[in-house]
Amino acid sequence: MTALQRVFGRNAAYILIAPAALWLAVFFLFPILSLLTTSLSDPAGNPVTGYTLTWRVQNYVEALADYWPYLGRSLLYAGIATFFCLILGYVLAYAIAFKAGRFKTIMLVLVIAPFFTSFLVRTLSWKLILADNGWIVETLQSLNLLAEDGRLLATPVAVVAGLTYNFLPFMILPLYTSLEKIDPKLNEAAADLYANPVQRFWRVIWPLSLPGVVGGTLLTFIPATGDYINAELLGSPNTQMVGNRIQALFTTVGDYPHAAALSVILMAMIVAMVLYYVRKAGTEDLL
Amino acid sequence: MDEVMPPEEGQKRGISRRGLILGGAAGAAGIAAIAYLGTRGGGGTAGCVTTDLSSTEARLAISNWPEYIDEDDGDYLSTLSQFQEQTGIQVSYTPDVNDNSEFFARVRNQLGACQPTGRDMFMLTDWMAARMIDAGWIQQLDKANVPNLDANLISSLQGVGWDPNRDYSAPWQSGFTGIAYNKSLVGEVRTMDELLTRSDLKGKVTMLTEMRDTMGLLMLSNGADPANFSDDDWGAALEKLSKARADGQIRAFTGNEYINDLAAGNIAACVAWSGDVAAAEDENLVFLPPDEGMMIWSDNMLIPVQGMHKANAEKWIDFYYDPKIAAQLAAYVWYVCPVEGAREEMESIDPSLVDNPLIFPTDEYLAQTNGFMSLDEAKASGYERDFADVTG
Repeated sequence: MTALQRVFGRNAAYILIAPAALWLAVFFLFPILSLLTTSLSDPAGNPVTGYTLTWRVQNYVEALADYWPYLGRSLLYAGIATFFCLILGYVLAYAIAFKAGRFKTIMLVLVIAPFFTSFLVRTLSWKLILADNGWIVETLQSLNLLAEDGRLLATPVAVVAGLTYNFLPFMILPLYTSLEKIDPKLNEAAADLYANPVQRFWRVIWPLSLPGVVGGTLLTFIPATGDYINAELLGSPNTQMVGNRIQALFTTVGDYPHAAALSVILMAMIVAMVLYYVRKAGTEDLL
Repeated sequence: MDEVMPPEEGQKRGISRRGLILGGAAGAAGIAAIAYLGTRGGGGTAGCVTTDLSSTEARLAISNWPEYIDEDDGDYLSTLSQFQEQTGIQVSYTPDVNDNSEFFARVRNQLGACQPTGRDMFMLTDWMAARMIDAGWIQQLDKANVPNLDANLISSLQGVGWDPNRDYSAPWQSGFTGIAYNKSLVGEVRTMDELLTRSDLKGKVTMLTEMRDTMGLLMLSNGADPANFSDDDWGAALEKLSKARADGQIRAFTGNEYINDLAAGNIAACVAWSGDVAAAEDENLVFLPPDEGMMIWSDNMLIPVQGMHKANAEKWIDFYYDPKIAAQLAAYVWYVCPVEGAREEMESIDPSLVDNPLIFPTDEYLAQTNGFMSLDEAKASGYERDFADVTG
């Protein structure tokens, strides 16, 4: 008998799982159940009188047919942002793990520091930074990198930049944890065996950092896909993502069934993609 | 090192991994189902007016639109502070209404389920006020507690279709929807067509997310009547909006926040509410009625059925229908004052505002204003969807 079983008896596992199960039941399963029933309800109802559950699968077909461009845009923007996060994050995490020396702690704190301010405030401050009359836009204009009447705000560039910025720490931290665990001696050993720096990176460092890469990309891509704040504040009507659409359907249109169906589609898509990705990357033994 | 347990050993102990997961999931689902059933059912809200705690609790919680009330400033004592001093009621005032539909979405679950929203009063625009009264979510005012409302409400606002005797609502302020522009950036913008097509405004125009404001102005610019329009009129206006959006003329659809962008120069011109421009206190910002006419609306004080301080809220209404207080508020917010006699009081507060049509419009000025047709739930939802498809 293990120590736990001595305390809790035969059903130790169930007793231990109960608090978490209860929590998930109330705050996860219950909302999901509510979302699922709403998504299968008759859209003829309205938010005041409520909706009747008619198992109308048609909602999903309609949601997909009407709003697939928003889903596509979300995946595209989130994908690009994740790519930039990976490149920027990898370089930084590598530097912190191997080159920072005594500044390691300070640099890590600096990575986390933005979290002390709210997500919303940080995104709003980007509006100031990228303003049409701000110095960034004016500098870019004077360098002819941006047309005379060009702008950054209300463009896809601003939305992707905002996403990249906001989710960068979620990429850096898992990458850092992975890289930090790598024994520098392995690198030295590879050098002793006449591997050049490029070979050393791709054959030693990169494979060993894969758990961090997988974890980081998931932590970045998933919330970025569902994000709507960046598109709302930094974008224009032409850069709206699926989150904006869901929000509009819930709040202004008052069409809960289609909004719920679209949410479920987004969720299912992300779960499917993550499963595929994790299997492909073979992370079950990496993580 | 971890102790590794052979798999068959684990099964012998009674619970396999699969069994544990399945059991846990089933248990959780059961609890969720119970919780879910517990919250459903019961649509009627008729019997859910709560007991008024005003006699024991000197408190009042209000939600209103941003920039919609005066604030203490040095020697200047705001109307809100005066109310607190006079009545001893502690007011928690939150400017968290930025959009009627958005606010509705925020409170509908509680109101529909007969639960308190934590608010004793909120201010919503006519059509939304009508919708809430219709749903039975608003308490009837006790006329004996609001004598000033009866005596001083201006005649043009007394009889509205959705609340003929003002039994449920009291106008807070009225206002106009027109065009605003930043004169340091662009020349005068006089019509909606200019706003939607002029090349120097490209990508520097915002419209309001309030469907009735934006679409009302667009219908006016097409020569249609927003108070009585056909589906074709609607379609034509929508077409116009959608073309301007596709051309990149429109930068965003916003709530109150457009005013910051207008002052910062991120946008040059926009559809705007009359008082916002004055409240911004920026001399470059100009509000004007489009040549083809503008929209008029009122925001109404409403007490939800679960508002627990109804008598306190009525004191608030009565206080703000005192012409002197109303004039002081109007001088600050620059919206149309719904209180008779406030104009006379304005003489002593700020004589320059007595003839300001944005605060005290003449009949002639009001002739160019238009209301928006009242819509039933299905019609409104259809139009909102059309509109949202263009704005998002």
